[in-house]
Amino acid sequence: MPDLNQPAPVVLDEGAVAIGGRPILRGIDLEVPAGQFLALMGANGSGKSTLVRALIGLRPLAAGRLRLFGTPIERFHEWSRIGFVPQRGGATSGVPASVWEVVASGRLTRRRLFRPLSRADRAVISDALEVVGLADRAGDGVATLSGGQQQRVLIARALAGEPELFFLDEPTAGVDLANQVSLATSLGRLKERGATIVLVAHELGPLAPLVDRAVVMRDGRIAYDGAPLADHAVHEPVFGESHTHHHASHHGHDHVPHVRSPLEAGQ
Amino acid sequence: MTFWELFQYPFMQRALIAAAFTGVAAPVVGTYLVQRRLSLMGDGIGHVAVTGVALGLLTGTSPTWTAVVVSILGAVAIEAIRARGHTNGDVALALLFYGGLAGGVLLSGLGGESSARLQQYLFGSITTISISDVVATMALATAVIVIGIGLAPQLFAVAQDQEFARVTGLRVGFYNVLVAVLAAVSVSVAMRTVGLLLVSALMVVPVATSQQLTRSFRTTLLAAMVLGAAASLGGLVLSAYLSFHATVAPGPTIVLLSLAGFAVTWPVGAWVRRRARLREPFPSVPARDHEPTEHTHQHGPDCGHVAVRHGDHVDYVHDGHRHAEHGAHYDEH
Repeated sequence: MPDLNQPAPVVLDEGAVAIGGRPILRGIDLEVPAGQFLALMGANGSGKSTLVRALIGLRPLAAGRLRLFGTPIERFHEWSRIGFVPQRGGATSGVPASVWEVVASGRLTRRRLFRPLSRADRAVISDALEVVGLADRAGDGVATLSGGQQQRVLIARALAGEPELFFLDEPTAGVDLANQVSLATSLGRLKERGATIVLVAHELGPLAPLVDRAVVMRDGRIAYDGAPLADHAVHEPVFGESHTHHHASHHGHDHVPHVRSPLEAGQ
Repeated sequence: MTFWELFQYPFMQRALIAAAFTGVAAPVVGTYLVQRRLSLMGDGIGHVAVTGVALGLLTGTSPTWTAVVVSILGAVAIEAIRARGHTNGDVALALLFYGGLAGGVLLSGLGGESSARLQQYLFGSITTISISDVVATMALATAVIVIGIGLAPQLFAVAQDQEFARVTGLRVGFYNVLVAVLAAVSVSVAMRTVGLLLVSALMVVPVATSQQLTRSFRTTLLAAMVLGAAASLGGLVLSAYLSFHATVAPGPTIVLLSLAGFAVTWPVGAWVRRRARLREPFPSVPARDHEPTEHTHQHGPDCGHVAVRHGDHVDYVHDGHRHAEHGAHYDEH
């Protein structure tokens, strides 16, 4: 149950983000109350992923104030209250890692240096694997899992820190329908536990019934904020790409020219 | 003198101790470098360390300690260039590597040192190692092992996914520099065993070998440590045995033995992976009643249905059945 005396988990006033001197987000006001399931939607390049990355401090704000649980982001240290599920791809590396090991790394927010995992830590990790339905794959290498299963591993990793506030960046992208349904089941369980969830999605699919509120981004601004929308409504001309006559060949971002100078830092 | 009498000599005992510590410590850091896909970083640091050795020879101080200092500076510089993420970062690294190597050769020439003296450090000279060098090797190797294993959860998380690690509140920049410093220390430690030009092999090859057969990070790390120790002790003993018949240097023997381990393991690993793939069960989709209705869908590479190679044709998984094109209609397979 949301406690009215507690500050809202996320409060962003007049937020702006610039990448390489180019404004990407402008004038974003966003408050996410505790326990809400918010879907952040919009076309490719509308700034929804950038907004989520700004909300967890991975992108510095060019302007505006961001408070997490009432604390300004510069002074925020309670990272154990936050769970982040990046876009798939961070699950594999140059050395094999088991599903259990990747999930256990999510427990780091609550571990001290040079201390082994306690029995309680191990119980939480098994529970996280249980929630995403991968308990039987704990000993397998992450690289041997399918894309949808890897996505669920990353969700379990965020769960292992027992956070109150989740940020998920496109968890359903490139995941087949069966896996999207089990993802929706996992997120439904989180919602029942009272977690606050901010989810970036191009399309909601089976997640639609969980959503309390939809925010649609367009051109780095919030174009719609209110009751959940059906998938097709998000792609109505008002919210769609800035030039609404779709060219079949147009796959680029709608406001960022695809030019990068050879000396500029990669992203 | 027989082969077994060789082990009674203090120089051989010192060499065995140094080889054991180096062989265990080098793959610890190597595992994190391979995980970050920075396998050649050890090689780069080795080049920079040549300048450190030459500085030591020139000033009359212990080359081991000057190598530690210069290679730490070089490793931090490499990490700083890498962290800036410039697309031409590898060019900057190349400049540093060759600057280090050329500087070292030049400085040792200025100091009037023979090239044979420098060569001891370039290709290793474990049998001439002094007691103080053995002590330094033991201390530095122990530090690398304790930090590399004790901070394994943090180092693993940072190497696995930097952005996630940052959101868990870890100081990613600090851990990146820590890995660079550990790599620099391991390079200086392994310098006497296999030499600066071969040091990266002792860090990386055991990891490449162990991950042929492992599924988790933990077993990869531990197996690499065992393999590293086996290769460096085995290589040393083998070169001692062969030196009765020919001139066999320990450094290259250690590296070649390590590579031989990889050559033996790789086919086994490839076979195990292939077998695991074949055993992977066909996704069990509950078969629904399938009315043989009009099939208007045209299966193809981009249709979204799972494609399964079935002998001479391709089946598409469709509502729990496998459709195979047959003339104008689809058969159930």
